[in-house]
Amino acid sequence: MSTRATTGQRAAAGTADYLDQRTGVGTAVKGFARKIFPDHWSFLLGEIALYSFVILILSGFFLTMFFVPSMTLIVYEGPLAAMNGVEMSEAFASTLDLSFEVTGGLLMRQIHHWAALLFMAAIVTHMMRVFFTGAFRKPREINWVVGFVLMILGLAAGFTGYSLPDDVLSGNGLRITDGVVKSIPVVGSYMSYFIFGGEFPGEHIIPRLFTLHILLIPGLILALIGLHLFLVVLHKHTHFPGPGRTQRNVVGFPLFPVYVAKAGGFFFIVFGVLALMAGTMTINPVWNYGPYDPSPVAAGAQPDWYMLFLEGGLRLMPGATEFVIAGYTLSLNVLIPAVVIPGLLFTALAAYPFIEAFATGDKREHHLLDRPRNAPVRTGIGVAILTAFFILLLAGANDLIATHFAMSLNDITYIFRVLFFVAPVVAFWATKRLCLGLQRKDRELVLHGHETGRIVRFADGEYIEVHKPLDEYERWIRVQHEPRRPLEILPEHDERGVRRKGYHRDALRARVSRFFYEDRIEPVTPAELAAAHSHGEHDALEGRPSSDGVPAEIASGPSVDARDR
Amino acid sequence: MKAIAARRHHRLAPVALLLLALLVTGGLYAALAPSAASASAPSEDDIAAGRALFQANCATCHGPSAEGREGAPSLIGVGAAAVDFQVSTGRMPMQMDGAQAMAKPPQFNAEETSQLAAYVASLGAGPAIPSAEQVDPSLGDAANGGALFRTNCAMCHGAIGKGGALSEGKYAPNLGPSTPTQIYEAMQTGPQSMPVFNDANLTPEEKRDIIAFLGEQDAGSPGGTDLGAIGPVGEGIWVWVVGMGLLIACAVWIGAKSS
Repeated sequence: MSTRATTGQRAAAGTADYLDQRTGVGTAVKGFARKIFPDHWSFLLGEIALYSFVILILSGFFLTMFFVPSMTLIVYEGPLAAMNGVEMSEAFASTLDLSFEVTGGLLMRQIHHWAALLFMAAIVTHMMRVFFTGAFRKPREINWVVGFVLMILGLAAGFTGYSLPDDVLSGNGLRITDGVVKSIPVVGSYMSYFIFGGEFPGEHIIPRLFTLHILLIPGLILALIGLHLFLVVLHKHTHFPGPGRTQRNVVGFPLFPVYVAKAGGFFFIVFGVLALMAGTMTINPVWNYGPYDPSPVAAGAQPDWYMLFLEGGLRLMPGATEFVIAGYTLSLNVLIPAVVIPGLLFTALAAYPFIEAFATGDKREHHLLDRPRNAPVRTGIGVAILTAFFILLLAGANDLIATHFAMSLNDITYIFRVLFFVAPVVAFWATKRLCLGLQRKDRELVLHGHETGRIVRFADGEYIEVHKPLDEYERWIRVQHEPRRPLEILPEHDERGVRRKGYHRDALRARVSRFFYEDRIEPVTPAELAAAHSHGEHDALEGRPSSDGVPAEIASGPSVDARDR
Repeated sequence: MKAIAARRHHRLAPVALLLLALLVTGGLYAALAPSAASASAPSEDDIAAGRALFQANCATCHGPSAEGREGAPSLIGVGAAAVDFQVSTGRMPMQMDGAQAMAKPPQFNAEETSQLAAYVASLGAGPAIPSAEQVDPSLGDAANGGALFRTNCAMCHGAIGKGGALSEGKYAPNLGPSTPTQIYEAMQTGPQSMPVFNDANLTPEEKRDIIAFLGEQDAGSPGGTDLGAIGPVGEGIWVWVVGMGLLIACAVWIGAKSS
């Protein structure tokens, strides 16, 4: 093979040099190419969301070519017999045209809608990963908030999008939105008029939603994704604890060529899965629902899954909480489930990194992730929030549960009303106990090794089971974390008996800290490990002059002073 | 023909044409118009056989002469349509007390069902079993039927009749397995929780339009498998199971160490 560069190589080098001399892009490319990403499947969840968004933009671009965002009434003439001669808005008619006349239109519609559901599912899963591994801790609190806002924008994008076809199902959703807005005291009815340009449904809502859906919200999402990824690059990626992994390094593979191939390939996998789903599974068959008309409501009317928790809240709330005060209606039956509860749930989620930082008083940076079991209260809180969310989801589908499992709708609703309050508490308690149990198991493993199932009988008749000690890597994962203890605070009065400033704040902090860290299992210390090992040696010396050398095997582990490094 | 053509400007020609048109319309109406009475009048034998079947299978609840009892309605005047619906769908005889009578494989064959219907119809005038033409989906207008269905039926049976929940364990059943005759009879007689849609409320033609609309649903979904046509909840389950399931499996594969 000749050492001379080919024409292609020379052209590429020339172009690169031309660009580098004029923009200095070489430094950036070099920096990016050498950027290290750690290997773990859960670090790819955010990528699923990113790629779904790219696919949403591409397929949405196609849909805007044919969709007509207008509420002008026309009479449908087309291939769909069940709609021929029916009066409908241009928005609905153009959605039917997209589905039945535009080549590839139905596939694109279905890709777009499946991608929207997947986008939200991936965001929620990614958020769970970040939450349960503690990846939101300093310096990443701001990026958690950016991600949280992205999730809210995702909800908004989904809601404005599925309302666009102007079908009966999404129209019912808009009617609920109208009711929720009107339930806000004093300003509610004015806000509803403002949103709909008059009395519901009016003639403006579809064009307005369209502008939000294709311009404002995707623009904001795009900008915030930019910020989100910029911060990921700036902070560098977190990694799970393991040999050689510290707070000051990132262990993984470089972006080029490994992650360019892995992540680039993953995009096509996401696209492939979405195309497979869109090609084989119907989604949002608006031709079944029919054009919007404020009078009909179909049984089984539910929003897309990420909005279902709001529907569930509305279905659970007793209707008796509507009051008429001096001629004005206060609809707590709508206000509480649709505004107050989601507001509280979302605020808690957005503020969680700050609450935990307050409890720990920890100002250091964290680049090593927690194993969820090592933060039992955090894991418990996460599971409790998910449980509440899941109960609301199920309540939103209570009619389907009733018909599919032959149960009484009323009973299901009563049960969920109780479960909404009880299940998160039980889930918190159970998760915390499970985490503590797993930590005990880790201690047990580190101190005594794996059970081998091999029973040995000594000459004096004693039976023991042989334990195989953990290797260094296994042990490191189980002992590397630092124990977190409740904060100790200074006494209320100083030595001169003067009340200390800021005592109340400290007392609150101590209470929160006790809630988080009072029940804990601390990792095995080197001293404890040494004691356990010498115990083994002691047996070996005293119990048995021994031919098979098992106790010596137990004692022969390397020391774990590494955790003090 | 030539003789007719020559007289086509005769001043009585319009009158003759009008009479001819009236005659054709009237004749066609007489021949085609649905008539409850015309549905093959049952014989005395049928009624007697029906009475025997009734005494053996129905009288325990509905009373020896169908006058009704505590919890079981009188059947006098419910008509043949109600009997045909309840018995041909297996709802009657009722399997067990519950929130509502469930459909099950019918206990009686078509002949026995018609005998029972003839007996109950003989007790008092009521809606008759519709003729084949009245329930022929190909004669209906599916688009109009869809609009009527959304206004009158969808709030219980769902957008395309896949069923829905009612209170206290009652439910509106899936209309997929129902025959056109059963759908017509249900609208006319209003079984269980269902309201009656009489001919003033939904004309026989409109009922046939609804049957045509429901018939359209048998063609399946143009977008692939319909996932049970239960709406966004089903779609949400599948995006997690299939979408996230496949992609997490792929992520585990990609995220595995290459070494």
